[in-house]
Amino acid sequence: MDLNTLWFILITVLFSGFFFLEGFDYGVGMLMPFLGKRDEERRAIINTIGPFWDGNEVWMITAGGALFASFPQWYATLFSGFYLALVLLLLALIFRGVGFEFRSQVKDKGWRSTWDWLIWLGSLLPALLWGVAIANIVRGVPIDEHMNYVGGFFNLLNPYALVGGITFVVLFAMHGATYLAIKLTNGLEKQAARVANRLWVATLVVAVLFLLYSYPEVLSKAQYLGISLVFLAIAVVALLVDGYFLKQGEMLKAFWAGAVTIIGVTAGFFAALYPNVMPSSLDPKYSLTIYNASASPYTLKVMTIVALVLVPIVLVYQGWTYYTFRQRISVKDELTY
Amino acid sequence: MDPLVLARWQFAILTIIHFFFVPLTLGISIFLAILETAYVRTGKTVYRDAVKFWGKVFLINFALGVVSGIVQEFQFGLNWSEYARFMGDIFGAPLAVEALLAFYLESTFIGVWIFGWDKVSPKIHATVLWLTAIGSNLSAIWILIANSFMQHPTGYKMGEHGVLMTNFGQVATNPNVLYQFPHVFFAGMSTAAFVVIGLSAYLYLKKRGDKAMLDTSVRWATIYGLIGVILVITVGHFQGQFLVQEQPSKMAAAEALWHSEQPAHFSFFAIPDEQAQTNHLDIRIPAFLSYLSYGDFTSKVEGIDEVQAKMEAEHGPGDYIPPVGITYWAFRLMVYAGGLMLLLLLYLWYLNSKGISMAEKPGFAKIMVWSILLPYLAVTTGWIMAEVGRQPWVVYGLLRTKEGVSPASVVSGGEVLFSLLGLGVVYIVLTYYGVKLVVKHLHEAPAHDAAAAD
Repeated sequence: MDLNTLWFILITVLFSGFFFLEGFDYGVGMLMPFLGKRDEERRAIINTIGPFWDGNEVWMITAGGALFASFPQWYATLFSGFYLALVLLLLALIFRGVGFEFRSQVKDKGWRSTWDWLIWLGSLLPALLWGVAIANIVRGVPIDEHMNYVGGFFNLLNPYALVGGITFVVLFAMHGATYLAIKLTNGLEKQAARVANRLWVATLVVAVLFLLYSYPEVLSKAQYLGISLVFLAIAVVALLVDGYFLKQGEMLKAFWAGAVTIIGVTAGFFAALYPNVMPSSLDPKYSLTIYNASASPYTLKVMTIVALVLVPIVLVYQGWTYYTFRQRISVKDELTY
Repeated sequence: MDPLVLARWQFAILTIIHFFFVPLTLGISIFLAILETAYVRTGKTVYRDAVKFWGKVFLINFALGVVSGIVQEFQFGLNWSEYARFMGDIFGAPLAVEALLAFYLESTFIGVWIFGWDKVSPKIHATVLWLTAIGSNLSAIWILIANSFMQHPTGYKMGEHGVLMTNFGQVATNPNVLYQFPHVFFAGMSTAAFVVIGLSAYLYLKKRGDKAMLDTSVRWATIYGLIGVILVITVGHFQGQFLVQEQPSKMAAAEALWHSEQPAHFSFFAIPDEQAQTNHLDIRIPAFLSYLSYGDFTSKVEGIDEVQAKMEAEHGPGDYIPPVGITYWAFRLMVYAGGLMLLLLLYLWYLNSKGISMAEKPGFAKIMVWSILLPYLAVTTGWIMAEVGRQPWVVYGLLRTKEGVSPASVVSGGEVLFSLLGLGVVYIVLTYYGVKLVVKHLHEAPAHDAAAAD
């Protein structure tokens, strides 16, 4: 395996980690104003992800930084091309991050409810936009001979990409509800479990629609369809298992099944992309590939060493934080956020 | 609307606001880690009270720094895609290392610190704050390594479409960063000290807050700040000498030295006139610039005319001189703010040694409240000097700023304007609320007479 392929896999790993970890914490943000009726309930919900959301978000930052280091042309084309979508994403993440810190610092109903809805929007919009972005990337977008995206903003809002975006939103919301069922108490965990069950049905419907729609749009053109289908099959099975455990009330098992679903979907679509990284819908020869978009072999080698040393260390200490804060959050606790 | 002009404004405004939050995070995270270590070692609750009290200021600031930092990570793609393509092989690597080595560390452990007061032992709690502080400062190292390549390219060769890395060690140990990082690090210490001292002064004036905690905080912050300010000035001096050699266009502009001189005068106060290429109202110290640049009173210092001629010989016809007025005044404001900070801290140190609290010196306390602005003035003007002084280059000697912008066919002026206004307004509004929350926190400290009545 060459370094370009290895880096394609590492980028897939980073995006999988990002969607798995930020997926449920976006979900928590999306559900917070609805599940939490009273202020203490909303605080308890936010506090379930309190110690984790910032560390989770670094998965996105790292995916972006690693993209720049390993495939700078991909980084340049993607983020200049999907310009307005990225600006909206950044604005959403700003409100969300500040919202967690600022929300409970002022005892004012208007202040808190403003931040609650900004956190809600700041969680919904990134899920939607990343779904739209990934769907567009795998489907192919107009890229000219200078590797520049020339499609404009509204070109990104095609029906296929919107279905992709909705799939991300519903899947993440379901996974967030599952997480809350594990982390809350005082009866809120039962409500969260009910919501997770209902959202599972919705997820199944949109996910099946998205997969069927993906066949003509993406999968039929995939060069390594077999690998892609293996991952997507794992995702589908995991989603069914997820549904079974949700029904049984085995929330922790359901949570891990959901994690496999998210990682399987991500890996499946990245596999369908390979060896392209951004196919051009104008002319296949304008497509960005793991070769023409990559950094030099020397930089890839340096970054391989850096990543293989650091990523395992990160996994260990992030794992430790989840262990440290494994207890359920009660509305009667002294809440930090 | 010209996307280039808007993109430059956008980068300048967003980065300057981002850097309001950075130095305080760098400095106060270590300051609090020291105090928390003192608490663990001695068991004296005054240290824990101080950590908790200033911790709130730290966290409000930290949140704003994190969210504005996310934007920075993607800025190079948004408006500067040609720069990203040209620099990709060099610039992405330190950014990725920054994320893997530093961002994970600070973001993961700050969560443990915020939520872990009764979940982990006091020792571990102090340790996670150290890890957060180390993470923040490591992130400064790696982003400055990236910036240093723009100031002084090393460890590369030219490829077909841009620079190619040939030696990661040379990129990471760029001589520029060996000055730049300590300069930023000590600026962070100074900023944290002025914030702690200034806010304490405010509380003394309002007769609020736990007096023992404030006295302790001020004593420690005075020492911390003195170390910071003395070293930031010292490092800055050597950094200037390095720049005289390596980026003569920046230093010639920063001194508004229109013609080479031997020995060269230092300009204390001038109004540079870029049209006439001369200074009005120039207050000078003879031969002092030679001393600052080379350590003697006789050396020649290259002026703007000579730098321009050399650049033209190397890169062809063009204007190679950065905006002189901005660079000159940015440099002066930074240096004068730093000097004033040193004097203020020396006086405060003298008061401390006499056992006189700022509570007994309301006039000086008022000055220290307003002096919170000094480090912010210094770091902002410092970056303006570094970045405006590098113009017309975005990568010194290799790529001009105007060549780095995203093509207008991809990113229109309207789009840049949307992101400039959208992000700019949000940054300003959030900064305003951040300051308000800090003030609210101060006002929630118990009043002295109320405490006395208990």
